[in-house]
Amino acid sequence: MASTGLPIGGGSTEPGSTATGLRLLEGVGRQTDYWATLWRRTWRGVVASSFLTPFLYVLAMGVLLGGFVDAGAATLEGASSYLAFVAPGLIAAHAMQTAVAETTYPVMGMIKWQRTYEGMLATPLEPRHVVGAHLSSVVLHLAATCAVYGLVMVPFGVYQSWWGPFAAFASQVLVGVAFATWVYGLSTRLHSEQAFGLIFRLGVFPLFLFSGAFFPVANLGEVGAWLARLTPLWHGVNLSRMFALDNVTWWVAAVNTAVLVALIVSGWFWSVSGLAKRMER
Amino acid sequence: MTDSMIRARGLRKTFDKGASPFEAVRGIDLDVRKGEAFGFLGPNGAGKSSTMRMIAAVSPVSGGELRILGMDPAADGPAIRARLGVCPQEDNLDIELSVFDNLYIYGRYFGLPRDVVRERARELLDFVQLAEKATAKVDELSGGMKRRLSIARSLVNRPELLLLDEPTTGLDPQARHLLWDQLFRLKQAGVTLVLTTHYMDEAEQLCDRLVVMDKGVIVAEGAPHDLIREHSTREVTELRFGVGEHAALAEKVTDLGERVEALPDRLLVYSADGEEVLAKVHERGLEPLASLVRRSTLEDVFLHLTGRTLVD
Repeated sequence: MASTGLPIGGGSTEPGSTATGLRLLEGVGRQTDYWATLWRRTWRGVVASSFLTPFLYVLAMGVLLGGFVDAGAATLEGASSYLAFVAPGLIAAHAMQTAVAETTYPVMGMIKWQRTYEGMLATPLEPRHVVGAHLSSVVLHLAATCAVYGLVMVPFGVYQSWWGPFAAFASQVLVGVAFATWVYGLSTRLHSEQAFGLIFRLGVFPLFLFSGAFFPVANLGEVGAWLARLTPLWHGVNLSRMFALDNVTWWVAAVNTAVLVALIVSGWFWSVSGLAKRMER
Repeated sequence: MTDSMIRARGLRKTFDKGASPFEAVRGIDLDVRKGEAFGFLGPNGAGKSSTMRMIAAVSPVSGGELRILGMDPAADGPAIRARLGVCPQEDNLDIELSVFDNLYIYGRYFGLPRDVVRERARELLDFVQLAEKATAKVDELSGGMKRRLSIARSLVNRPELLLLDEPTTGLDPQARHLLWDQLFRLKQAGVTLVLTTHYMDEAEQLCDRLVVMDKGVIVAEGAPHDLIREHSTREVTELRFGVGEHAALAEKVTDLGERVEALPDRLLVYSADGEEVLAKVHERGLEPLASLVRRSTLEDVFLHLTGRTLVD
């Protein structure tokens, strides 16, 4: 075969080719060059928009709107100003929006329009590897966005302890990942992008407004407050705010974290099963 | 090591479409051996692509038995796919990446070391004559170039078995011939080729052996020239009359050949000597608007076996 001079044939066993079922990390690792190539082109835009969005939000909501809010720590869940109250919640809500944006159209595109996944799954890679690599890229995006957003908040005196920003950052990424896994799984089950409009209008937007990012959920009345506390975003908002303000009720923080982790674990299986079912035809 | 690349017995594929499941492949037997160029010929909807997806170990088998490279796709999918090359019907190249990166990144999915895959990408771009386009975006390539890049990509893991689903559909004649040349060279180099096509000339050019599929079953199997000899005559006389006249005129020429087929746009008279048939047609005072004498092809085999043309 080699005598033909063609770069083909041979039937040699490639590294990993005898392994039935690559380990998760190995399969994800094989896609790092792909995602790194995409990142090299987009990271500047991600970072730039991550600076701009918080500036606009903090200016509009924290400074201009907050200037009219005459409330103290007792009514603002321990925050000394409306700006300090709203900022940690805004970052958590922004993480949700970023996660949803990254797991709707891009996922459908890779299934249906560019059919990137079809090419990936014709190799030894399996759906769990493909989902793992895509979600890892979303986590990176969330981390970059939340880190920049959080840094922008530092000069505004939002944080009350040295460790608060780090813990708040972790909780913001956590809530973002919870949304990413569930929306990813949903996107693998949708056949038309029309449904994304509904997700944004009936899911993301009401959550954004009523999950405690802009006002204490206690303002919603007893029933309303409990309904708000059932939403995934509230757990992220609450956790982010408690850490930022150094006003942590630990058992509540444990519940918030457990809920988000449970959502991530279940969302992972929902995503992998969704992609596997969708691609097997 | 076994020489059997593909072995199927009673292979089935069923799709659940609500209350009425659709059976795309209805129990087929296949044996493809190492080094063979094997084809699935049939019209759209015959079950070729469904069969190819099962062979590619991406679509679960609904029934029967399938072994690829001696392995069970249900249990050994990743190990099978590591040794296959797949060129899908519609290109799924990454349009956001350069030509070179498409090969490089795909090679990485197989776990190939970076320096190895870089070297292979360069060799493959030479092979498919796209070396000067290495840094171009995929969007800038013509349809034929994209197909060649798809084929190059499917070769990046040096597969033992190359699956090509409708490799030249939608290409202009020049691009088709260039692609055929490259596939022929792969075949000569010993790569086992399995392709689907609804072009009879493609099947005749490339395949050592083929199966004719229709409605999910195999209706004939053999080497192209054997199939023609078995299911058709040596020559065919095509007669084109006015629109709507063909069915009525068929009766007037039915005794001139072994068989006559009346299509909406022409009459086909099957015989050993086409010119003689044409002379007799003129003797009978029939004046076709156009006529043609040619050798029988796989299209005629298909028409004879199914009563339909390949491209409906």
